[in-house]
Amino acid sequence: MNLAIINYGSGNLHSVHKAFEVVNNELSKPFEIIVTNKSSDIEKADKIVLPGVGAFQDCKNAILRIDGLYESIEKMVIEMKKPFMGICVGMQLLAERSYEFGECEGFGWIPGEVIKLDALDDCKIPHMGWNEIISQKHVLFNDILQGTDFYFVHSYYFKTKTADHCIATTSYPNSITAAVCKENIFGTQFHPEKSHKNGKKIIDNFLKWETV
Amino acid sequence: MLKKRIIPCLDVDQGRVVKGVNFVDLIDAGDPVEQAKIYNAEGADELCFLDITASSDDRETLFEVVKKTAENCFIPLTVGGGVRSLDDISRLLHYGADKVSINTAAVENINLVAKASKKYGSSTIVIAVDAKKTGDHKWSIFTHGGRKQTEIDAIKYCEEVANLGAGEILLTSMDRDGTKMGFDNDLLSNVTSTVDIPVIASGGVGTLEHFLDGVIVGGANALLAASIFHFGEYSINDVKRYLAEQNIAVRI
Repeated sequence: MNLAIINYGSGNLHSVHKAFEVVNNELSKPFEIIVTNKSSDIEKADKIVLPGVGAFQDCKNAILRIDGLYESIEKMVIEMKKPFMGICVGMQLLAERSYEFGECEGFGWIPGEVIKLDALDDCKIPHMGWNEIISQKHVLFNDILQGTDFYFVHSYYFKTKTADHCIATTSYPNSITAAVCKENIFGTQFHPEKSHKNGKKIIDNFLKWETV
Repeated sequence: MLKKRIIPCLDVDQGRVVKGVNFVDLIDAGDPVEQAKIYNAEGADELCFLDITASSDDRETLFEVVKKTAENCFIPLTVGGGVRSLDDISRLLHYGADKVSINTAAVENINLVAKASKKYGSSTIVIAVDAKKTGDHKWSIFTHGGRKQTEIDAIKYCEEVANLGAGEILLTSMDRDGTKMGFDNDLLSNVTSTVDIPVIASGGVGTLEHFLDGVIVGGANALLAASIFHFGEYSINDVKRYLAEQNIAVRI
């Protein structure tokens, strides 16, 4: 099977690639992992991973600048229903729109908006560091205890329109989205590739995830 | 609740750890990757490399170290020292750094802070500030590894870089660095109460209580230390267990 990690110049590409490779090796390599921006590779993929750090608009433009890239991802995820995982801004892009540096449209795959975190109490922005999550019962959170810490770095968050699509939350100090899922589409606000053992477990769960 | 981060820092010269941990079972004590692995296993929340290589010709070695560390440690890695340009930042990120810290170059050209934050995202850009007390509640910025004094007020400078989009401030007290007298909590609290971005306290930690004071008195969001860990006086776990007992939220 093939797993495509989308390369559009995202800063965390290297870390994401390495983390997936390590977990894949531990599972005796069920996947051939390719880091790519080619439509031909993406259309052969069984699973797709979209990393992302930086500003929402910059990430989106970087994807759109590569000819046919978005179209092939959309075809595989929306039409072919291939399991997809977005990380950080790669997850925020699933929203209908973001308000970071002005309004910008997202992929619109999961209803909701990306809005700025409130600087309440003594909470600094960006929300940076290890914070615990509360997750719904979901195979993607298999073997992850309630209250497990993950590494977050963000100033905006994905406010989903329906609570169903938010499968994990963290508090800062209000409850904010830590992970989203809709059918075959999964996304985490935290960085599994930087969240040590538990982050690897999330990747492991994604590699084993079978959507019908 | 967001945890207070404990960050060990390694000084790297030409790809080798200068002042490192005296771990007996370490095959190569000078290898930053080996040391990073130990800190990773001990529960460090992040790692920090400070490159002190004098000649830019020898800096290539750092990239290999960053790459290998990123391949082995799945926690955030901040790399600083000699970062002068957007190209320098790009290269470090490409090799696997998660955050890049800028010191002298940001003081000399404040626009770099705005440009870098816009290009790579605020959360990628750490501004390292070396401050020395010059009067009552007054601190000045030093550059070039603490060798050159400026007239710039440290508190105002921190406020300015935060406004320009820096994601975090790594605040080192030059008065306390290496003294084991504890953080300069007066400096810390002045900065943490002024800026809305996270502040990493650095310089002076010598006891477990110093870590606690940095959080309670200084208001630090993260605590960086070098020699206390390197010389094996305390492990990362010791610090975290102590802080947890004092009701400070840490990742155990």
